[in-house]
Amino acid sequence: MKYGTEIVLLSLFAFAAFVAAGFGVDGPFRQHMWVLFFAVAGFTAILLRNSDFKAAAPIDPDAYMDGPIRYGAIATVFWGVVGMLVGVIIALQLAFPDLNIPPWFNFGRLRPLHTSGVVFAFGGNALICTSLYVVQRTCRARLFGGSFAWFVFWGYQLFIVMAATGYLLGITESREYAEPEWYVDIWLTIVWVAYLLLFLGTILKRKEPHIYVANWFYLSFIVTIAMLHVVNNLSMPASFLGSKSYSAFSGVQDALTQWWYGHNAVGFFLTAGFLGMMYYFVPKQVNRPVYSYRLSIIHFWALIFLYIWAGPHHLHYTALPDWAQTLGMVFSIMLWMPSWGGMINGLMTLSGAWDKIRTDPIVRMMVAAIAFYGMSTFEGPMMSIKTVNSLSHYTDWTIGHVHSGALGWVGLITFGAIYYMVPKLWNRERLYSLRLVTWHFWLATLGIVVYAAVMWVSGIMQGLMWREYDEQGFLVYSFAETVAAMHPYYVMRAAGGAMYLAGMLVMAWNVTMTIRGYQRKEQPLPGSVPALQPAE
Amino acid sequence: MGLMDRHALIEKNATLLLVGSLLVVTVGGIVEIAPLFYLDNTIEKVEGMRPYSPLELAGRNIYVREGCYLCHSQMIRPFRDEVERYGHYSLAAESMYDHPFQWGSKRTGPDLARVGDRYSNSWHVQHLTDPRSVVPESIMPSYAFLKDTPIEVKDFSTHLTANRRVGVPYSDDMIANANADLTAQADPNADTSGLEKRYPKAKVGDFDGDPQQVTEMDALVAYLQMLGNLVDFKNYDEAAGYR
Repeated sequence: MKYGTEIVLLSLFAFAAFVAAGFGVDGPFRQHMWVLFFAVAGFTAILLRNSDFKAAAPIDPDAYMDGPIRYGAIATVFWGVVGMLVGVIIALQLAFPDLNIPPWFNFGRLRPLHTSGVVFAFGGNALICTSLYVVQRTCRARLFGGSFAWFVFWGYQLFIVMAATGYLLGITESREYAEPEWYVDIWLTIVWVAYLLLFLGTILKRKEPHIYVANWFYLSFIVTIAMLHVVNNLSMPASFLGSKSYSAFSGVQDALTQWWYGHNAVGFFLTAGFLGMMYYFVPKQVNRPVYSYRLSIIHFWALIFLYIWAGPHHLHYTALPDWAQTLGMVFSIMLWMPSWGGMINGLMTLSGAWDKIRTDPIVRMMVAAIAFYGMSTFEGPMMSIKTVNSLSHYTDWTIGHVHSGALGWVGLITFGAIYYMVPKLWNRERLYSLRLVTWHFWLATLGIVVYAAVMWVSGIMQGLMWREYDEQGFLVYSFAETVAAMHPYYVMRAAGGAMYLAGMLVMAWNVTMTIRGYQRKEQPLPGSVPALQPAE
Repeated sequence: MGLMDRHALIEKNATLLLVGSLLVVTVGGIVEIAPLFYLDNTIEKVEGMRPYSPLELAGRNIYVREGCYLCHSQMIRPFRDEVERYGHYSLAAESMYDHPFQWGSKRTGPDLARVGDRYSNSWHVQHLTDPRSVVPESIMPSYAFLKDTPIEVKDFSTHLTANRRVGVPYSDDMIANANADLTAQADPNADTSGLEKRYPKAKVGDFDGDPQQVTEMDALVAYLQMLGNLVDFKNYDEAAGYR
């Protein structure tokens, strides 16, 4: 029977959730288990409706397995819209606090939903689907392990749903970017190990002797995230039928473990993984080889070695020992070099094809992504200098820095990859509309510029107001006055975010129409078709 | 054979690549994190520190649940303006029983490391219920629902036991009395002598102005009112703490 084993296992899973919903020791846990029950039971019902007793169609062992990648591309766009929409909502809540709807939709519960939604739901799906796309094509091998890839895809979506609903119910470990509670963490560990096996297994059965550079980055990202996730989430549940757990570490040790994790969620999830994306999709889209092979080797090892040390720069001037802070700062500054190594390798891949920035909006998007990568990997080391950090820490400057990296680098390189993949995955001749890609590019870029510039102004202003003294030696501003001063910037920031979200909606429309097989009748972009020369 | 040629080995062997990158990424964490578990200045004990009372711990869990740490830090840096605004800079020992730490990373609102005793209980209740009625510039959400939510305690001792398993020195006596201590701390008529012996300096009384029941508001205010108050800085020897 088609899906026979899956249906049996899922039914047992749903039953376990049902029992946990009945016997849970705290209210949020019981509610969360109801969510799990309905999610799994609903999924089982869908499988049952699609099940039959016909013999399964034979699978060509040499053909690429693109089903989970197609779903992944759709999930990336969907979660991108959701995560960014929540971002605009919480930006507006900071400007207009009456928009908070207690208890479920207060800022404190929605903010992790935004960060996890964008980092793990949007970024994570983008990484999983592009890595599976890239690994098959660069290894010339079908994905390892039969329907294993489907488990990784759906298991990851279940993680997202459980994490997101948990935040709204107030289930959190309060570790930034690792908020889900112990049982969701265990589930993610299972899914992530499966993902590692899937990816590694595919590399091992490759028909290409050489492992392509994009796969180094993807592999190091997967294995490092596994290590970070497991160590950072070590905790002791108060009850195995309850949502609350207590971190294995406390105080200083806990703070550094968390920021060791937190900074490398940026370093490996949002950087190494997306560099893997860059190393495949940029050469493909511009049709040029990677600029320098030596540079890719050097910057790969340097990047993964140095990144891990940078965490303490989140704890400057705290109770963390001084030597650890200084180490964190020194390594963060050194990190500037391998980061720019990656930027140079990406940008110089355009050698001989620079005209494509003018003619191909997808290339333009990728180049802008790499440029933003270069900018935020310069800004980061600068902010890690203790003197600068004494001003920037605790302010909006940090928020601006994160967004120039996340919206500029992670967002734009993902959009480029999705625009490249979608027509190929659905066998379409081209995208529905290239002009809409241009619209997306400008909405996104202007949105980032507005966002980052506004956060620089508000962050630096906030930091300076907090430490402003008058000539008699008194603090000039009460804290409340500094909050009031932020209002216009919070309004402008929401506008910048809304522009970026608008671009994302344009993309969702473009991708949907491409998948449905339409092509927009439009004038070709200037320069994209060679002008005809009259015969002489 | 040059170094670059030797690298070709790794490029052709997935296991080498996996093991190599895992080794490379473990170094930094080990060097930076491991010493924190035995260095004197990160594990020092300071006079006055004690585990949270059950009601304070319950309040802390609400603080975590509502994501307060996303806008409020609990870490005062040793700068003139911060020390004048918030009080003595934070010591490592002051978060030694914090599983997890709540240092925060953003100050959309002020630091709370020493907010205890700065305002009255009724100010806190009013502020949490309707922030802009006491601070017009505030952009904090309302937490009025805490006052209407009785605290859900089936067996709070499991929370103390879990903390003990990760290193917080809760005694058998504390664990046995967890539920009783939790309700007694918020009850102005209860006998709290045992509680005050187990948890010196614990604030006792009706925090939320509703003596009928122990609400989440009671717990949260009890937690806020003890923040930063355990160490007596009149007796703290700064020179001895400096390493």
